[in-house]
Amino acid sequence: MRHIISLLMENEAGALSRVAGLFSARGYNIESLSVAPTEDPTLSRMTVVTIGSDEVVEQVTKQLNKLIEVVKIIDLNEGNHIERELMLVKVRAIGSDREEVKRLVEIFRGCIIDVTDKSYTIELTGTSSKLDAFLEAVERSAVLETVRTGASGIGRGEWILKV
Amino acid sequence: MRSYNPVVKGHSRQIKKAAELILSAKRPVIYAGGGVILSDAAPQLTELVQMLNFPCTNTLMGLGGYPATDKQSLGMLGMHGTYEANMAMQYCDVLVAVGARFDDRVIGNPKHFSNENRKIIHIDIDPSSISKRVKVDVPIVGDVLDVLKELIKLLKAGKERPDQAALKEWWKQIELWRERDCLKYDRESKIIKPQMVIEKLFNITKGDAFITSDVGQHQMWAAQFYKFDKPRRWINSGGLGTMGFGMPAAMGVQLANPKGKVACITGEASIQMCIQELSTCKQYKLPLKIINLNNRYMGMVRQWQEFFHGNRYAESYMNALPDFVKLAESYGHVGMKIERPEDVEGALKEAFKLKDQLVFMDFITDQTENVFPMVPGGKGLSEMILV
Repeated sequence: MRHIISLLMENEAGALSRVAGLFSARGYNIESLSVAPTEDPTLSRMTVVTIGSDEVVEQVTKQLNKLIEVVKIIDLNEGNHIERELMLVKVRAIGSDREEVKRLVEIFRGCIIDVTDKSYTIELTGTSSKLDAFLEAVERSAVLETVRTGASGIGRGEWILKV
Repeated sequence: MRSYNPVVKGHSRQIKKAAELILSAKRPVIYAGGGVILSDAAPQLTELVQMLNFPCTNTLMGLGGYPATDKQSLGMLGMHGTYEANMAMQYCDVLVAVGARFDDRVIGNPKHFSNENRKIIHIDIDPSSISKRVKVDVPIVGDVLDVLKELIKLLKAGKERPDQAALKEWWKQIELWRERDCLKYDRESKIIKPQMVIEKLFNITKGDAFITSDVGQHQMWAAQFYKFDKPRRWINSGGLGTMGFGMPAAMGVQLANPKGKVACITGEASIQMCIQELSTCKQYKLPLKIINLNNRYMGMVRQWQEFFHGNRYAESYMNALPDFVKLAESYGHVGMKIERPEDVEGALKEAFKLKDQLVFMDFITDQTENVFPMVPGGKGLSEMILV
């Protein structure tokens, strides 16, 4: 099952490599990983998407918790949460395709952030599956380049990850 | 440190559940690991085991956590554990794991282990050790010392006691397993048996020495035949499996206990990993006693090659060994070479008389001796190869 794990870690050199090292040493899957400093500059927040059975994911969180650099950790799947991912995608847009792609972008509530006479660069946010759906909808050969940030997640309502 | 907040106190409701389960047990086993030693909880473990009249088995790292010479001790369990300990583990109905982690050298194949139904209580300070290899029924995260104290208090306060009739039956079964005498070896042998050296060492030091070891057959024999009654007498690298650990560890122990008897039980392959430390021993006047069980083989490798690889002894034979007596002497220590069984006791006695000197004892032992019992890798605990 797909799990989205959020963690707060020390914002210092080497912290990311400790987390990545744990995943590679123990053979856990990382589907995506995104990390950036928080409002407290000493802390970074990382979101890891991993796939595994409940037992494996339980071990992933326990093992992450053992790392000294990891301050706090939650498995967002344990409660209601919101998840977003940002994607930039460059598509070929010539002739009648230009209108078609623009309409598609509107449907997916994205926006076109760069234009040439041959292409559009589109910005799209949503859950990872929504981004997948957009790529499905666009003609495969028209997609020139994609870049995705990986998912970021946050608990719903009063559910907070804070030191 | 904001990222390090271990749970030390066990959850009281979990401890209560554990107590209830313990009192309901008909075939209980207490399985104690290195956590007991690390949290200095040997007296509490001993109290618990004795007040319940339960059998207790210790892991390699847990030796000394419960007195090995006591009748309630089943000895070490696991790959080279005793028959009675492994059978009791497999067929118990309530298992109390204390500061242990269900390592693959301890329970063998977890699938085979979980073929039998038993309830498991697991006390450990490390949450990631709990339900890692086997599903646990009553997990208690906390320091072993704190949890055992609470558990003992709770059991003492209640009126209920374990089912004595059931326990009597269980002990009868255990005695039957014990009669298998799984640690027997040829005591009449004309060649030195390594087990015999360790038994003599145990007798001569009255079980009161600090013993370190390296990794291999000698390590397992040391664990099986030196009966540790006190914690922190057995210094071992356990799961790290580091050949070369024994002598440097013994040096540290000797520095910390200048008056203590410190022996390093080792093999001719392991000792050469850090042999240069003989020089440091000279410099700091560390009177270690090095028990080199020299069988001219990397014995554990040879044993596996014999059992599982059709006697293909590849790269396990050591035919380029130094003269250890001359080597020890060249560093300014005392060297002894012992080749006959009847000389073992005298040599050991003589060595321990030399209180201020490091003595390197090179015991020429039986090349073909194997460590028994053995649970082959991937097999279940009750599938032991016996003598």
